[in-house]
Amino acid sequence: MFEFAVILVHSTSHAIQAERVLGRAGLAVKLIPTPRHLSSDCGSAVRIAAGDRAAVEQSLRAAQVPIDRIELLDG
Amino acid sequence: MIYLDHAATSWPKPEPVQEAMLRYMRDVGVTPGRSGHRLANEAERIRLDAREAVAELFGVSDPLRVLFTSGGTMALNLVLFGLLGPGAHVVTTGIEHNAVMRPLRALAARGVTISVVPCRADGTLDAAAVVEQLRGETRLVAVNHASNVCGTVLPVREIGAITHERGIPLLVDAAQTGGAWPVDMQADNIDLLAFAGHKGLLGPGGTGGLVLGDDFDVARLPPLVYGGTGSRSEHEEQPEFLPDKYEAGTPNMVGLAGLGAGVRYVLERGVAQIRAHEAALTGRLIAGLRGIPGVRVVGTQDARRQTAAVSFTRAGRSCSAVAHTLDEEYGVLCRPGLHCAPQAHRTLGTFPDGTVRLSAGPRTTPAEIAQAISAVAQVARVE
Ligand SMILES: Cc1ncc(COP(=O)(O)O)c(C=O)c1O
Repeated sequence: MFEFAVILVHSTSHAIQAERVLGRAGLAVKLIPTPRHLSSDCGSAVRIAAGDRAAVEQSLRAAQVPIDRIELLDG
Repeated sequence: MIYLDHAATSWPKPEPVQEAMLRYMRDVGVTPGRSGHRLANEAERIRLDAREAVAELFGVSDPLRVLFTSGGTMALNLVLFGLLGPGAHVVTTGIEHNAVMRPLRALAARGVTISVVPCRADGTLDAAAVVEQLRGETRLVAVNHASNVCGTVLPVREIGAITHERGIPLLVDAAQTGGAWPVDMQADNIDLLAFAGHKGLLGPGGTGGLVLGDDFDVARLPPLVYGGTGSRSEHEEQPEFLPDKYEAGTPNMVGLAGLGAGVRYVLERGVAQIRAHEAALTGRLIAGLRGIPGVRVVGTQDARRQTAAVSFTRAGRSCSAVAHTLDEEYGVLCRPGLHCAPQAHRTLGTFPDGTVRLSAGPRTTPAEIAQAISAVAQVARVE
């Protein structure tokens, strides 16, 4: 079981927008440095609960937040 | 002191604007998008606050389509130099500011053809007059939403209906209308909207930007300025995504903190309420000035059809002398001359002597307008 997933983005503007949109939707988020093993354009990423993934994807799509991808986070 | 120069820059800024800027300097202070530490993230949140406020004000759904620049001038240059190249044709109007006319004259030297749609002597124009100028190679229609000289408002919605039909993007210079006149980019058929932060949006100078309409394809518009964004640092090419594509370099974050607070202030008070307030003052001002012998008010002289910028001339007197006396002896601050808009003054028949412009703001009072009118009456009387 994975506890967390991470949203990878292209730019911190998108990370902060994701944080805000998900926070407004009542979903738990935390800004984290992009884990080294996940290649990304941006140093910041957004950590979410793995179980929230579907709700997260839906909220981000509705608010047109551009993201690169979502990956499950080990450990 | 009676400050009637809001069309140049609004002053004083509301307290929340001053506080937001001070707070930014004191408690945040850093550049967003780079370092990823808590202060950088807080900076990005404040920048997003400003984007969301501007998006709400102009009726776009995606805050990332609000791009910040050093001001309205830079935003206009971004679009004009981005969309127009040799062989292209552009249509503009007879009441433009030099923030549009000078880039266009520079582009003309590079092979861009310009058609200037004449306005009537009161600055008005019918959308149909724009249609007559459209050609197969027309790449852009650039229109001042309201004259900074006489306040006349142009029918952007009607013009936009036509440009949409033809698939030509419409650029609107909303420097004078942002925060002071209702603007909805969807309903008004605006593809690209340039705004100044330091006038009706009540932010500080050196802020402003470009709003991309929801349907405008950004692939059509290259950046004007290239450089670091904090994103994609391994690449030497500019990122293609918004907003980084158009926001290279360190942003004016103290300014944007103030701009965000200014736009929030406008949204809380409501553009409709600000418009009603300024229309009432403008009506009084026009009526008062018209009653003064020797004074001629230019423009529509109809507060319902114009912003709060009111220009007048006094036969036989230089406008700079009139403005100087208003300042020195009556404490009325205004702007004389050509207002960076020789094109508009030619249209209004006031080139090259210019006009004296009085422009009220959201917190100007009726008493101040009454005092200004009597000051003008005194100054106009003395030979
Ligand atoms: C009609 C108009 N366009 C453009 C500008 C330029 O905007 P900015 O001062 O933000 O560069 C101004 C004001 O200065 C203006 O009145």
